[in-house]
Amino acid sequence: SLISLTSVAFLLRGNCKHVRTKDSPPNICGFNLILVPDIKICRLVNVKTVIPMVQLLNWRRGLFPQTKMAAPLTLVLILSVTIRAVLFRSSLAELISERVEVVSPLNAWKRGLFCYYVLQENNISLFFQTPLVIYLFHFVVDYAEIVFMIVDGITAVALYLAVQNYNKNVFRKQKYALEADRYPHDCLELMRSPKEMHYIPLKVAMFYLLNPFTILSCVAKSTCGLNNAVMALFILSTLKGSALLSAIFLALATYQSIYPLTLFAPGLLFLLQRLYIPVNPCRSRFWFFTVQYSVMFIGSLLVIVCLSFFLLGSWDFIPSVYGFILSVPDLTPNIGLFWYFFAEMFEHFRFFFICVFQINVFFYTIPLSVKLKEHPVFLIFMQIAIISIFKSYPTVGDIALYMAFLPVWSHLYRFLRNIFLVSCVLLACTALFPVLWHLWIYAGSANSNFYYAITLLFNVGQILLVSDYFYAYLRREHHLSQGLYLRRKDGSEATLVLK
Amino acid sequence: MAALSRKWDPLFVLVLGSLVFSCKGDVLKTSNDRTESISATKIEESSPQAADLGDLRQSDEAESNEDRKAFTPPPPNDQFQEEMVIRPLYSGDIYASFQFRTQWDTDFLHDGKKAVSHYRLFPKSLGQVLSKFSVRELHISFTQGYWRTMQWGQPFIPSPPGAELWVWFHHTVTDVDGNWKELTNVLSGIFCASLNFIDSTNTVEPSASFKPLGLGNATDHRFLRYATLPREIVCTENLTPWKKLLPCGSKAGLAVLMKSEKLFHSSFHSQAVHIRPVCKDWQCTSTAWELRQTLNVVFDLYTSGQGKKEWSLFKMFSRTLTEACPLASSSKIYVDVTDNPGGELFDLSPSSPLISTAVVLGDRRTYSVYDLTKKETFGQLRSLNLLLRWKGESDDMLRPPLHAERYVSGFGLQKGEIHTCLYNSHPYRAYPVLLLDSLPWYLRLYVHTLTVTSKTRENKPSYIHYQPSKDRLRPHLLEMLVQLPPHSVTEVTVQFERALLKWTEYTPDPNHGFYIGSSVISALVPSIVAMDTNSTRDRPLFSSFFPTKEESSYFMRVYTEPLLVNLPTPDFSMPYNVICLTCTVVAVGYGSFYNLLTRTFQVDEPSAPLAKRLANIIRRLRGVPLL
Repeated sequence: SLISLTSVAFLLRGNCKHVRTKDSPPNICGFNLILVPDIKICRLVNVKTVIPMVQLLNWRRGLFPQTKMAAPLTLVLILSVTIRAVLFRSSLAELISERVEVVSPLNAWKRGLFCYYVLQENNISLFFQTPLVIYLFHFVVDYAEIVFMIVDGITAVALYLAVQNYNKNVFRKQKYALEADRYPHDCLELMRSPKEMHYIPLKVAMFYLLNPFTILSCVAKSTCGLNNAVMALFILSTLKGSALLSAIFLALATYQSIYPLTLFAPGLLFLLQRLYIPVNPCRSRFWFFTVQYSVMFIGSLLVIVCLSFFLLGSWDFIPSVYGFILSVPDLTPNIGLFWYFFAEMFEHFRFFFICVFQINVFFYTIPLSVKLKEHPVFLIFMQIAIISIFKSYPTVGDIALYMAFLPVWSHLYRFLRNIFLVSCVLLACTALFPVLWHLWIYAGSANSNFYYAITLLFNVGQILLVSDYFYAYLRREHHLSQGLYLRRKDGSEATLVLK
Repeated sequence: MAALSRKWDPLFVLVLGSLVFSCKGDVLKTSNDRTESISATKIEESSPQAADLGDLRQSDEAESNEDRKAFTPPPPNDQFQEEMVIRPLYSGDIYASFQFRTQWDTDFLHDGKKAVSHYRLFPKSLGQVLSKFSVRELHISFTQGYWRTMQWGQPFIPSPPGAELWVWFHHTVTDVDGNWKELTNVLSGIFCASLNFIDSTNTVEPSASFKPLGLGNATDHRFLRYATLPREIVCTENLTPWKKLLPCGSKAGLAVLMKSEKLFHSSFHSQAVHIRPVCKDWQCTSTAWELRQTLNVVFDLYTSGQGKKEWSLFKMFSRTLTEACPLASSSKIYVDVTDNPGGELFDLSPSSPLISTAVVLGDRRTYSVYDLTKKETFGQLRSLNLLLRWKGESDDMLRPPLHAERYVSGFGLQKGEIHTCLYNSHPYRAYPVLLLDSLPWYLRLYVHTLTVTSKTRENKPSYIHYQPSKDRLRPHLLEMLVQLPPHSVTEVTVQFERALLKWTEYTPDPNHGFYIGSSVISALVPSIVAMDTNSTRDRPLFSSFFPTKEESSYFMRVYTEPLLVNLPTPDFSMPYNVICLTCTVVAVGYGSFYNLLTRTFQVDEPSAPLAKRLANIIRRLRGVPLL
């Protein structure tokens, strides 16, 4: 069959390198059978798409190449654990754990330890962290390093599995659409091939584990890693279709830092989609499931909150954790937009602007859910990104979570407008953060404006990155329905604009 | 003698009558009139059996019943003492300590709201405050400069730089915080000081360090409030109201010496007011109120003494003494001559035949005493100008048994570490000390990093009381009981982080830094000599301030230096810019999402050029096919 494949490819004036046998799926015996009807299409389109098409259609017959991916994943895990272990043992660990970019008042290990100490010694409840995390300190305080490494591993594996699952779904949908001939014929370039998608889960795990931001966050023992793990588990359980687990993890994530509340919408949309329930307010099934999911979510949230209450015997943590997040009393510099803005704010406008800035985080949920109701996973990505940009105490650990998703959207690369510029901005800012911090705090030769300027630029970079991906996603969807090579009425090549 | 007294009687009655009348008007009117006080002195001198003014006044009142109905006469039971101690210091500086004690056998609290309305020696302004706010004990001090324990030894009454106020309220007070707030504002007015800046962010309730010094064994520290203002500048405007509280003002007695231009031209200046309930007599059947006004000043060898080791009252205060305060029952000057038994160290002139010894601060000291109520003290010139002239070099001073210092280590504006070093110089005795630290909330103290080491070994405090701060609400309070090994340095370190504040929360000179109040170290230090536990015996005022319960040890309080901590500052000049720029970034985010959310992709159809459109309009009118 390999010979026949090669011959067919040559027949189609294909390039030899696309049909190298080592790239080919190992089991390709069904090839001849399905090739005949598809050659028609293949002739019409660019030659480069032939092989993906072949693979696509192979997959349709259940012949999707399933190599063992456990080995490379293990390798990545071992590598990342080694890097972390080395950093933990080095003198850098203490330096990193005090970087304002890496730890915020809410997730700094030192503050958590301090709360734990105060709670234990003086029995005074004092919170920067939620009670459950502080209670967790009770168990992990002696082997924190291992725990944080394991947590990072769990996050990576959860993301890996979730993305694997998602890719399967994407394939299934694409297959059905192809079979129903729903795509315009010039869109085959946009089709996703198993070969290209094969390594995406691994890349996601790598992007998370080997991202310097995650490594820094882990070495600083920032509890941001825990939040990320909860979010990753939420994504995994949602994509696996387990409504109860999804609600529980969402409740946990919300309990940790309010903002993941906005992930309720994509979670619900995905589960509805999975159960083939149309998002239609007139249908009772829609309402039934929505209420069911909400009850599960609110129920588990209540259980967690009550559990914290019983652990401590007081409700003090509600104002001191959530009030702390929402009213931003601590103006320690970080990579976000809040600290300098509220340090320089006029007192009588403070409340107004706090409301504006906090509403801003939650506000995008509704329009995004409407726009992306068919694409809940992309909506999850957008929400996580918006939270990490606009939340009150962001750290690089938050950014690492949404950056782990970037390989999932690698097929959008051709539609990104300014990825080069944005990458340069983000890299430059990352390098400049410590430099300007040093100039301000230690050398005294710069002032706070320098550091502030860099946070502004960093946030602009992130906003451009996210909106660029959003643009690319929408554009691809548009092309999938309208065709890739659009023509004007007079037949000339058209340019696509937003109107 | 009897004839003499009878001869003086009419004048006596007259004077007392005028005294009573002057007090009638409910105004604190000390008899400042010079002639009047002179005559009173004469009376006291001439008729010792009638010296008790109260008895006579009672008989006087018995004659006028209408008067008694008009007001309740003050109980004839107040007395005033004044004294001054001069201690030559080893560094060549000189330490002068004034104490004025007014004792009044009355009770502001038990009389309830009807309160005492008649004041004689006790200042009415303070008395009213005590009764209004149900104050049980009040200690307030204003200090300029830092007491250098290692050079100067121990002060009689220690005080931290800046202003310090601690108050025990009566246990019937329900709203302690409300009372405290009002009280600080009232005291702020009385002493012309910025005590109104005391609020919840710098007030603490120490659990062990500040026990009542007077009667009563109150232990519930809910009724205690302690606050310091380390940045308070003390100057003439604080001295003037303080002097006005004295029965003789600054007109007569030792207070004559208090000329502000001299007092503030010194290395250390501290003035304080201490009010507490004490035993009325040795049986302690009833309580009396004691008001102690103290003023301590250290004159510098070089700035005030022009480098010459030669001191006189005139040189120090640019005044000499001519009389005691006529209202004072005792008025004395003590000069510490312990190190000068044979007169080889310095000359003291005029010399005094009176020598007294007192056990003070764990040591037996010898003093030359000058009794100002005696005429012969003033000699021929009718003025007393004590003169100290050094002859030899003094040897090194005995190290004080306990002293402490504190500093901030680390660099940069992000974090730091507070080091407190406690020195126990006692050669063989270990003793526990209570360390109190009250730090403002903007130093984020990490108490779990607290380490106590002495002699390179960890020294775990046996008691730690920590009250965490709340942002913009209350300060950190850290109290611990540390055992100091003999002849050792104990180092207490704790890490902190510096907060960035709102731009309106900075002081007008933010880059100068923020003052952090002194740590307070209280200890029962083993005494070399047996302490005098008999509180009823007549002792010099300076040795009787802290009550001693046992012979083997004495109470000592040491204050460390205040700290000056720099915090990171925002740029104060650009709130508008920051608001604009940050809002722009948020708007960029909002705008780009809004764009993508509300618009759809469309093929760009360029509109025809203007000429073509015009031509088409004409063609349409003409009815020919369009271009």
